[in-house]
This record gives sequence, structure tokens and C-alpha cells, in this order.
Amino acid sequence: MARAISPQKKWTFTILAWVVALILFFPILWTILTAFKTEGDAILFPPAFLPPHWTLENFVTVQTRSDYFKHFFNSMVISIGSSLIGLVIAVPAAWSMAFAPAKRTKDILMWMLSTKMMPAVGVLVPIYLIFKNLGLLDTLTGLTGIMTLINLPIMVWMLYTYFREIPVDILEASRMDGAVLWKEIVYVLLPMAIPGIASTMLLNIILAWNEAFWTLNLSAANAAPLTAFIASYSSPEGLFWAKLSAASTLAIAPILVIGWFSQKQLVRGMTFGAVK
Amino acid sequence: MAATVNTRKLARAMLTPAVVILFIWMIVPLLLTIWYSFQNYNLLSPENTGFAGFMNYKYFLTDPAFFQAFWNTLTITLSVLVITVVGGILLGLLLDQFIYGQGIVRILVISPFFIMPTVAALVWKNMLMDPNYGIFAWIATRLGFAPVAWLENYPLFSIILIVAWQWLPFATLILLTAMQSLDEEQKEAAGMDGANFASLFVYITLPHLARAITVVILIETIFLLSVFAEILVTTGGGPGYASTNIAYLIYHQALLDYDVGGASAGGVVAVILANIVAIFLVRLVGKNLEA
Repeated sequence: MARAISPQKKWTFTILAWVVALILFFPILWTILTAFKTEGDAILFPPAFLPPHWTLENFVTVQTRSDYFKHFFNSMVISIGSSLIGLVIAVPAAWSMAFAPAKRTKDILMWMLSTKMMPAVGVLVPIYLIFKNLGLLDTLTGLTGIMTLINLPIMVWMLYTYFREIPVDILEASRMDGAVLWKEIVYVLLPMAIPGIASTMLLNIILAWNEAFWTLNLSAANAAPLTAFIASYSSPEGLFWAKLSAASTLAIAPILVIGWFSQKQLVRGMTFGAVK
Repeated sequence: MAATVNTRKLARAMLTPAVVILFIWMIVPLLLTIWYSFQNYNLLSPENTGFAGFMNYKYFLTDPAFFQAFWNTLTITLSVLVITVVGGILLGLLLDQFIYGQGIVRILVISPFFIMPTVAALVWKNMLMDPNYGIFAWIATRLGFAPVAWLENYPLFSIILIVAWQWLPFATLILLTAMQSLDEEQKEAAGMDGANFASLFVYITLPHLARAITVVILIETIFLLSVFAEILVTTGGGPGYASTNIAYLIYHQALLDYDVGGASAGGVVAVILANIVAIFLVRLVGKNLEA
């Protein structure tokens, strides 16, 4: 039985929470609203909250002037591509550690976690030179590869925590029935593993979409994903707030939506299963 | 599980690719960085090559820019950790109460975490912090103050603010999730025994949160030690080195000064510093993960 909460208390907390939430969300709301303003209205002072003249021209300009969707496409290839390749490597590893743990499994997991501790900047020089020599600079192949590598430990960990929750007894039962290993995987394990795999994939897409060290350093005009494309607005000429906002709105929209739907999985993945 | 020999072999075969790939990824670039760090290697002066001994390290470590970058890195990391953990606990406590429209409030609060760093930084730099047209300038004039050029006058503080905005939602979400897993009956019982809100928090909620707080600190530290994009698109490390952290300093030496040797020495220093932090943190979290 929950205690009865006084209406006064309910309303106080409600108002307080909404005020804080709106302050935190304001920069995003402001970006979205500015995207629909004219450049002139975007820098009105005092600022106009709602666009005085709603317009879509910014979205059009961003596309016609800088081929926006090329960069959007690059972001999609890098984030989805690295997630799929990552799964191919991480699923077997996590499966193996969850269902056939060896003495050193815990050590291997901790070691994988520790690889995330290596600062990217520590290996910037060799990676840059290797990329340069192999012709991988500013290519989608190179960026997808890097993204797979940096997120691999998180993927293995997250899948491991999901797989470990699959009841082993079921496997034992199917083994008694004489199911061969591949059947065991396809018919028994996979259906139970799919939610975990999907969550892992979503988290990885979010992380890869927003990654802004390697993408900024290893890409230029061709393979630049949205993170790097938006960075080109840091030193622009003339009026540009509305266009920056339009480009930003399109860049953050898909991930915001994915993020909203996968809050729970995010907690689990980002904390290596320590908080569920 | 009674694993047969075959299962064992198969399990190892399935684990191997991930381990080998990660091992190569960790060890090869690191060895190259160490190798370069002892070489004279500047892309602008190709005639000057060969073994450099510890010269690169000497230059990097005695450069006043290094000290400034070192302190800036620490300042950014610690400030953001304090803001997000304390703020996250407070916000978590608030969102854990009965609230009308809780689902929407929650979505609004966590949204900043999903914004890519370059967008977050540029939106703050221009539309919020601009001294002529920004929202902060407008608020300042409404309150009767002169508008502040945030990024020019308080560059490090501004960057801390931007980064804290991105990470506060993360801390809040993790801590709120942990609070919600706290047994409601336990709280009820304590409440009936006459425990007030403060003692309830100190003796029941906080110990329960210990593990979640450790994890938040670990994850955030990994990212905060190498804040990069936010600096690149706002201040460019300046004015002077006022907002340069170690990650940005090394980037500057490598890709703007073409000093491969010097940047590599910096890279090795960064790895050593991160490892000192990591040994400490992984132990702390390792304990918590096994518990």
C-alpha cells in the first residue's frame, strides 16, 4: 500500500519537475524552433520565441548548398554498418562467455572494459598515419572499421549480461532431446537472445551516430558524417543560425526518437549491466 | 553446465576473434605511438629524422601548455563529475516522486544526452552564449546586467557548462533507475518507524546508490578525460591555452603542427595518465560488478 500523497505535494513536485525539465530541454526546443525561422528572425533581439514567419527554406538551402543528405547517408552507413559488423564478432564471444564460462572469463571481461580506458588521442598519430598510408582517410570503410573497434567492448559486455539471463536449463533440456549445437542456437537460444541483440544494436547506433573524435579527425568532404558536417558551421560567414538549426534538427531527430524508446536498454548497456 | 570437450573448443573458437581483434587494436597503435615518440619525425621538416631519445618527452612535459592542459583536463573532469553526480541525485530524487506527466518529463530530461557533441556545442556557443543575440545576453539585460561574452571571458567554465548539460541526463537516468529498484516496502517500513526524509536518504537511499554512482563516475571519466569536439568547435582551445585540454593539445600538435614525434610523446603521457585513473576506477567498479 502506498501512502496517500497530499495533492499539494503532488502539485509542488509536478511543477518543480516540469520547470527543471523544460530548462534542460530548452536548448533543443530552441534549435528546433530556430530551424523554422528566417535568418533575420533568428537573431531578433529581444528574441522571438515562436517563428514570426514560419519557413522551410533553411532545410532546402542546407540540402541544395551542401548536399546534406550525403552526410546523413554517411552517418547511417557508419552507425548501422559498424553495429552489424560488431554484432557478428560480439555475439559469438558473448555467447561463449555466458554459456561456457572458463576460469578466465571474468578476467577477459575486465580486460575488455579496460580497453575502453585507453584515450583515443593516445593512438591518434599512428591511426592517422596508417589510414593515410592505406588510403583509408575520409572513407566510409575506414570510419566504419574504427567505430566497430571502439564500440566492440561495450557490445560484448551488453550482450553478455543479456545472454546470462537466459535460463540454462532450457539448453540442457534441448541437449537431452539430442539437438545438435546449431539447432540449439537457432531454435532455442536465438529467439530468447533477439531482444538483447536488438537493444545492443540500438545503443551502438546511438553511440556511433554521435561519436565525434575519430569522425572529426579522419574524415573530410567525402565521408564526413553529420558530426563532422555540423562542425563546419563553427566558422561560417554571415547569417547562419537558422541554417545551423535546420541542419542540427535533422541530425538529432532520429537519435532522439531511438533514444526515447530505448531508455531502459541504454541504462543497462552504458553501465555494463551493473544497473538495470 | 557439464560442458563437453567439444563445447569447450567451440566456445574458445567463438571467443577468439573478438579477443584477437581487440588485442591488436589495443597493442599495435600503442606500440607505434611509443616508437614514434622516440623519433624525430615532423612532416614539415622531413630531412630531420632519426632517434630522438627523450627529447620529445622533454619538450612536451616542460611546455607550459602541458601544465595548463593538464589542469584544464582535471578541472573539466572533476567539475563535470561533481555537477552531474550531485545534480543527478537531486533530479533523480525529484523524478522519483509522484509527478503528473512523468513519462514526458523523463523524456525531456534525458534528451540532451542524445545530442551529438558538435550540435550541442554550436547551439550553446551561438544561440545561447552569443553576447549580442544569445538567450543568456537577453536574460542578463532583462535582469539589468551587461551581457557576458562567455566563451571569450570564461572559456573553461563555458565548456564545463556545455559538457555538464550533456552528461547530467545520463547521471540522472542511471541514478533514477537505481532509485526505482529500491524496495518500496523498505522505505515504507523506515517511514513508519518515524524516519524523516533526510535520514531515509542518508541511511537507505544513498548506500543503495553506491554502486550506480561508482558506475556513473567510471563511464563519465572515460569520456570526460578526452573531451574534444566541444572544444574544437567553440574556443579552439583558446584564448591562448585557456581551454585546451590534453586531448586537444595533442590533436593540435599532430594535425596542425605535423609534429608526429611530439604528439606521440604527448599520446604516451595521456595513456599513462588515463591508466593511473583506470587502475583505480576499474578496481572500484570491478568490485561492484562482481557483488
